[in-house]
Amino acid sequence: MAILTTEGLTYTYSAGTPFEKTAVDHVDISIEDNTMCGVIGHTGSGKSTLMQHFNGLLKPTEGKVFLEGKDIWADKSRMRDVRFRVGLVFQYPEYQLFEETVYRDIAFGPKNMGLSDDEIRHRIHETAQMLGLTEDMLKRSPFALSGGQKRRAAIAGVMAMRPKVLILDEPCAGLDPRGRAEMLCQIRDYQRKTQSTVLLVSHSMEDVAEFTDKLLVMSKAKLFCYDDTAVVFRRAEELKALGLRVPQIASVMGALRKCGYDLPPDLYTVEKARDALLSLLRKGAAEC
Amino acid sequence: MLKDITIGQYFPGDSVIHRMDPRFKIVCTLLLIVTLFAGNSLWTLVIGGVFVLLVQILSRIPGKLLWKSLRPILPILLFTAVLNLLFVGDDEVLWEWQFIKLTMGGLQMSVFMIVRIILLIVGSSLLTYTTSPILLTDAIESLMSPLKGIKFPVHEMAMMMSIALRFIPTLIEETDKIMSAQKARGATLDSGKVMERIRALIPILVPLFVSAFRRAEELATAMECRCYRGGEGRTRLRQLKAGARDYIGFAVSFLFMAGAVTVNILSK
Ligand SMILES: Nc1ncnc2c1ncn2[C@@H]1O[C@H](COP(=O)(O)OP(=O)(O)OP(=O)(O)O)[C@@H](O)[C@H]1O
Ligand SMILES: [Mg+2]
Repeated sequence: MAILTTEGLTYTYSAGTPFEKTAVDHVDISIEDNTMCGVIGHTGSGKSTLMQHFNGLLKPTEGKVFLEGKDIWADKSRMRDVRFRVGLVFQYPEYQLFEETVYRDIAFGPKNMGLSDDEIRHRIHETAQMLGLTEDMLKRSPFALSGGQKRRAAIAGVMAMRPKVLILDEPCAGLDPRGRAEMLCQIRDYQRKTQSTVLLVSHSMEDVAEFTDKLLVMSKAKLFCYDDTAVVFRRAEELKALGLRVPQIASVMGALRKCGYDLPPDLYTVEKARDALLSLLRKGAAEC
Repeated sequence: MLKDITIGQYFPGDSVIHRMDPRFKIVCTLLLIVTLFAGNSLWTLVIGGVFVLLVQILSRIPGKLLWKSLRPILPILLFTAVLNLLFVGDDEVLWEWQFIKLTMGGLQMSVFMIVRIILLIVGSSLLTYTTSPILLTDAIESLMSPLKGIKFPVHEMAMMMSIALRFIPTLIEETDKIMSAQKARGATLDSGKVMERIRALIPILVPLFVSAFRRAEELATAMECRCYRGGEGRTRLRQLKAGARDYIGFAVSFLFMAGAVTVNILSK
């Protein structure tokens, strides 16, 4: 079932000034429930702008956004409810921390939802554990944490609201490789555990290849395509033309296939490629 | 909504007004302001209005933008108008109800005040819209340079101003971002009782201050890394040079204002 749908969604920044800029141009999309969806696109292609429409932070210049079949702008008084069901984590969310302790900062969202103290405590501990925040960190001031820990605290603040759709705008920007992998694993585990929809905006093809089921590709304010990750990565040439690329391992496999090696077409993660190569090698050894 | 604040913003262009020497533009704007507030006849305002309109047409700044710069001050405008209407009075009573008395003098005064403030805002907006902040501060530094004689830190003042101007849009953008982020977590900023509203500002102000201080520190470090040591012996990339066009522009403005003042004196 589709959870988020848009119809002819268009957004223009600073309409009527010399700086007018259409950042999202007639996007029609339908995102299913319980998916891990990657959002990719060249810098300035309108990803962040599109994401801010999903929870009603930006009002479409034209077109509509539907959450579970209901137009989110139909009843403005229910907007807060929409924000609780679609959680949005901005890029560099660590700059939004404000409370005295990490615990209280994470509690900000759930408190606004009007949950009971017990429920809030339960959710915070569960979320903190999922993201690898220790009890000791919860008691500290958010400003006394490291960059990566701050990022986790900020993400936890939105995750603790248990939204139906969680949108993360480049959650791994500026993290070290190990931190990235850890964070992505935690996000995927969260998605599996809560059976919700996660939209992951990322610039790393390797990351989306490994962690997402679906890919949404934006190009110059337009929706280029929305399809299974494997299907999208088969269109390597077109992606290149958009200023994107396929994961490195997919390029290598493509080149090998061109040389005449018998490899299946959708090898875009290292693991799958390794298995395919090993079986190819074994076959080769058997034939010798 | 915050993005609608256009104070200190610059809209690049290539009009006569854009190219005029910023020092002359500042002086002309000051002349306009003095004239507007010194004059108290209808004709002063009409001439001032024509002048502002002329500049607007020449600068090719769309009227919509000027409207945008006016919108935030509408409440203040209304407030002054009502104050003038109620508390300035003469004998010519137009309408009376209990202790409220509307007089011709009050009405005149409030209309004058509104027109003056509008012209003031539009006039100075035209200055900042057509002059890049860097040029503006260069011009201020140059105009104030005589004060260096009495050890007034002109360069430092100008530098502080240009930094402040430079960071207005950045801080507005940042505030917008933080507000969006907290709204995404269910913060309500525009409803509730006064105390609740004040409390609702904390999640916005704390991150804003933290990031403003961080920015200030980064900027200071960056400036120091490039050996910034104040104005002593500093030369400039852009030299301000006045040409024939600037003198003509200034002369025209001066004539306008002189005309306005003359009319004002004559009409008494
Ligand atoms: N607040 C704004 N005001 C005016 N224009 C904006 C604003 N925010 C974004 N834009 C413009 O809209 C376009 C899309 O921006 P957006 O931030 O959605 O891109 P993005 O795909 O998220 O890019 P990135 O990968 O760099 O984050 C850009 O061309 C940008 O210049
Ligand atoms: Mg972005």
